[in-house]
Parts: sequence; structure tokens; C-alpha cells
Amino acid sequence: MAQPNRFKWLVLALPLLAFLWLTIFLLRGLFSDPTELSSALVGKPVPQFELPDIYDPSTTYTEAVLHGRPMLLNVWATWCPTCRAEHAYLNKLAQQGVYIVGLNYKDDSRAKAVDWLNTLGDPYRLNLFDERGAVAIDFGVYGAPETFLINANGEVMYRHVGDVNERVWSTILEPQYRALMADFERAGGQP
Amino acid sequence: MKHWLAMLFAVLMASVGSISVSYAVNLETYQFDDPNKEALFRELINELRCPKCQNQSIADSDAPLAKDLRDRTYLMVQQGATKQEVVDYMVARYGDFAYYRPPVRLSTLVLWLGPVLVVLIGALVIIVRVRQQRHEEVELSDHEREQLAALQSSGQDNDHD
Repeated sequence: MAQPNRFKWLVLALPLLAFLWLTIFLLRGLFSDPTELSSALVGKPVPQFELPDIYDPSTTYTEAVLHGRPMLLNVWATWCPTCRAEHAYLNKLAQQGVYIVGLNYKDDSRAKAVDWLNTLGDPYRLNLFDERGAVAIDFGVYGAPETFLINANGEVMYRHVGDVNERVWSTILEPQYRALMADFERAGGQP
Repeated sequence: MKHWLAMLFAVLMASVGSISVSYAVNLETYQFDDPNKEALFRELINELRCPKCQNQSIADSDAPLAKDLRDRTYLMVQQGATKQEVVDYMVARYGDFAYYRPPVRLSTLVLWLGPVLVVLIGALVIIVRVRQQRHEEVELSDHEREQLAALQSSGQDNDHD
């Protein structure tokens, strides 16, 4: 009669294990942010596109501008209050020499966007004007601001949703950006 | 009890009705020549999740992004894309989040097997309980059987009164 005894232990332990597993699962859910989606693009090359410059409609850029060196691609718009909040910090990063490309996402008007850059400062090396948000869909953008970290091969390494501030930069983005820059300079790239 | 069930049913049906009304509002602007394409479009926008929202399909949401994705779905369906092509397009951009039917993976296995597991556990518990009850059936001794027969016959006498 040793079998039933062992069986009984299993019957008692299984619900307990199931309960503990569920507790851990739900506890993790309490502290995870459901609005933060990981990008489906991580590890993949940036999508192809053709977009006009924000200042000059006759100049068009392709995805080639996102190749050749590590950079940040910042998705922004004047209708986005959080973009305004992070703008000063982007200016600061640009002064430190961080290479930032802008993607203006479905803004109210080109004039309004240009006015914003003229009054608040322009941290962007160049700025893509995505009037209808078609390219943003290819990037999997679901809100603004979003910031993509892109390596020298034009591959997306990371996507941050929400504003870039001191904490986000120093704990998440800067270490990755510095590592990419180190690789880039070792390969002979000019910072 | 029956009243309660009927009321619950009515409430459920009413809420289902209101959902389909909200689809109709969003669908007004999409014109189709081919009813098959229209059916596919309706199916897709109800199964694709709005990435901006927490739990709404792109048919259900008023978010600008949901409208953009409806437009994109409409365009692709009109150009003859299959259901899988549209779903793949969305998942490639927004991840598994974009589709209400999660893929079968190790991390999602519990979603697929969970309900089956719960039913199995329930069945197991019932089987074990029934077996236990069978074992508990008591054999009567001759003396007890006589007592029982006496009780039953006196009971029948009483019934005749």
C-alpha cells in the first residue's frame, strides 16, 4: 500500500504548486506596464521609405539616411504633450553630440512643426515628415514619442516608448548607444 | 432561478447588440463591390487589436491609429490580400499583440492548454469522488437486514392510513 501514499502526496502538492505559479504570474502582472509593447522590429533592418524633409518639401530621403552610423530615431509631433516635455532633453543630448534623426508623425501642419523647431530648438540632424503616418505604421509606431536605437547597419536595436529623460537615457539608452558607438569607431567610423 | 437566468440572458444579448451597433458606425465609410471582400474586411477588423488601446479591436476603437489600420486593412483587402497576408503584415509591425489569436508557443501554451487542463482536473476530481463513494457502500449484516425489512413494512402500513 505504498502507492496510494505517494499518490496522495502528489495530489496535495499539485494544487499548491499551481497556486504558487499563478501567484508569481499575477504578481509579475501587477508591476508590468501593459502599455509598453516590445517592438517587432528589434534585430531587423529599418523599413524602406521615401519621405520629404520637414523644412524643404522638394528634398526627399530614403531609408539610406538611417544607415551608416549608430543613431536615435525620435518619433514626435506638435500635438503630443510628452514630446514637448522631452524636447529640452533631446536638445541637451544633441549638444553632447548624440546623433538624432526626427520622424514627424502625422502633425497638424508642416508650418506648425517647423515653428516648433524654430522656437524650441532643433536637436535633429535631419527630420522626416510623415504626413499620413504610413511610414510610422511600418515602424510599428503606436504613439508619440517613441525612440528607436539604430545601429550602423541600419538595424533596429531597441525601441523606447514614452519620453526620453535623464533616467531613461542614462540607464537604458546611453549604455547601448555607447556600445554601438564603440563598435562603430573600432570599425573605423567617424563619430 | 429561471427568472434570473432569463434576465442574465437578456442583458448578455443586449450587450452583444450594442457592440454590433458600434461596428456599424465605424464601417460607414468603407465601400465594397465584392461581398466576399467586405466579409473578410469585417472579420479582420474584429480580430486585429488596436495597438494603442488595451483591449479593443480596430473595429471598436476611435483612436486615430485604429482608423489608420482600418484604412490599411481596407486597402490591402481591396487589392486582393488574403486574411493571412493582412495578419502577417500587422504582426510584423506590431508583434503578436496585434492579433487576437495568439500563436502556439511555449510562452502561450498555458493559454491553449489551460482550459483543457481545467476540464481534465474537474473530470479527475469527479471520477475520484465517485469511486470513493462506491467504496463507502456498507454491507448489511443479517440482523440489520431484518430490521430494515421490518421498518419498511411498518412504513408501508403507515402510508395506507
